[in-house]
Amino acid sequence: MADAVFKALGLSKHFGGLKAVEDVSVAVHLGEIHAVIGPNGAGKTTLINLLSGDLSATHGSTFIDGRDISRFNQEKRGLSGVGRSYQKTTIFPQFSVFENVRLAAQARSNHPLQMFRSASRDDAVNAKSYEALQTVGLNDRAKIVARYLSHGEQRQLEIAMVLAGDPRIILLDEPLAGMGTAEARTIIQLIASLKQGRAVLLVEHDMDAVFSLADRLTVMADGQVIASGLPDEVRAHPAVRTAYLGEHAG
Amino acid sequence: MRAPSSHLEQLLPVVLLLLCAVLPFIVPGYYVQFATKVLLIGLAAMALNLVVGFGGLVSMCHAAFFGISGYILAVMSDKYDPASVAITFPLAILAASFAAVVIGALSLRTRGVYFIMVTLAFGEMLFFFFHDTTFFGGSDGAFIYFKPELRVFGWRPFDLEKNNQFYWVVLGLTVLGTLLLQRIIASPFGHALQAARDNERRARSIGFPVYRIRLIAFVISGAIAGVAGYFSAAQYGFIAPQVLSWHLSAILLVCVVLGGMGTVTGPLLGAVVLLGLEEVLKSYTSYWKLIEGLIIIFIVLAVPGGVRQLFDMLVPQKEDAPRETSNG
Repeated sequence: MADAVFKALGLSKHFGGLKAVEDVSVAVHLGEIHAVIGPNGAGKTTLINLLSGDLSATHGSTFIDGRDISRFNQEKRGLSGVGRSYQKTTIFPQFSVFENVRLAAQARSNHPLQMFRSASRDDAVNAKSYEALQTVGLNDRAKIVARYLSHGEQRQLEIAMVLAGDPRIILLDEPLAGMGTAEARTIIQLIASLKQGRAVLLVEHDMDAVFSLADRLTVMADGQVIASGLPDEVRAHPAVRTAYLGEHAG
Repeated sequence: MRAPSSHLEQLLPVVLLLLCAVLPFIVPGYYVQFATKVLLIGLAAMALNLVVGFGGLVSMCHAAFFGISGYILAVMSDKYDPASVAITFPLAILAASFAAVVIGALSLRTRGVYFIMVTLAFGEMLFFFFHDTTFFGGSDGAFIYFKPELRVFGWRPFDLEKNNQFYWVVLGLTVLGTLLLQRIIASPFGHALQAARDNERRARSIGFPVYRIRLIAFVISGAIAGVAGYFSAAQYGFIAPQVLSWHLSAILLVCVVLGGMGTVTGPLLGAVVLLGLEEVLKSYTSYWKLIEGLIIIFIVLAVPGGVRQLFDMLVPQKEDAPRETSNG
């Protein structure tokens, strides 16, 4: 457990009487894709929101590289190396593709809010943005306004924005949702490459994708972790078979 | 940033500015004063557009910042001597900025319609504050008997008692305000502000302190509105609580929508069109408000991008240009 980049201990989120997430602990290691699966309503998205700071936890703590970020809000977590994508693509639709990525790089630069310089003239930020676009394969689309991209390309853009923020951990909330087979294949390849030098936590419903990508699996049901471990162990776990996998388990 | 697509686009502002500069030699004094008024409303509207158009926050209390700085000038003006610009101006802007910090800090916790309602409430509170306080002249308002003057070691760079010089000073400030706003919009700060307008969640997620960014923009906007308000009070030699009422806030918003929210100078054009319409229609009919309203509705329906868009149509645009939010 020494190389756990990202760790959550005993996270809970209560909405009034509803315990959406109850006492969940996960550790995500360097160079690893950790998938969180579970039936609808299991609390997977709530968990991601707790990890990214979109929601604040009722109990529990979160660490990145051993540093306690439990009290950090969304913005501070973003600057501390937590990058995420959302179920619904979350980009800046009015800006060009390049500008989307440039903004993400700008937020992590030394002078994110300068007022008397041109935003487009920071060479370090520009270079980092091109690099991120290159990684996701959108470099030839840089000048297009983001809202004109296809759904799959917008997903790629969102990942490029996350990459431009130099994350230690990337949280992906159903990155394949609503995607055609060809588009999905591109994104799956992209996700597989993200774990180089980072940690990735993936929530996804597409079981084929999960089992081809995940190095480690956590299964949730009713807000709690019912199993966690290597994919083959989890696949064989009796509680998982009854709670979730059903016909996939065969 | 889009490269200027033709010489015309670069030349147009220069020509317009030159025309404005020589205006006092062309038209009678009445119109010089009218032009001064248009510039001041236009400057306040451009300031408002920083939060409305670029920040996505519809503020209904900008008349308060406009009025507060006017009131500061009024209470600091002596009955028999002109007040000093060097003292009253910074204090007036400081007061307007302070009001913007307080109102902004509280109302920026809300979003959308709630933000409109909360700013409206603060604006009305300040209206009644000045309306019911005898120190500030109550409902009668307060007079400013002499225009403030600026002396630098005995030298007077301009004399605000002279209408033409007053106009040039205001023109200069409007140009400065425009350049400042354009600078801010094109800066990393300005881009972050617009990013937060486009998608607040994403802006926060990549690490922008959205609340702080919006508050800073709100205060800059309030301060510039204060600059316009200071000179507006000086121009009329009078300030009344009505200046702070929601009517003026609404007029500024109409200028913004009429002129176009996407550009810095759009709202200035909006002010020219709105006040120009008023001036022309008034001389023809006593039902001018009705006709003005109909014309405004027509313009907004016909040119949703605002009057500024008409200017852009004069110049051929590049097809692949992104929605331009940082030029002219």
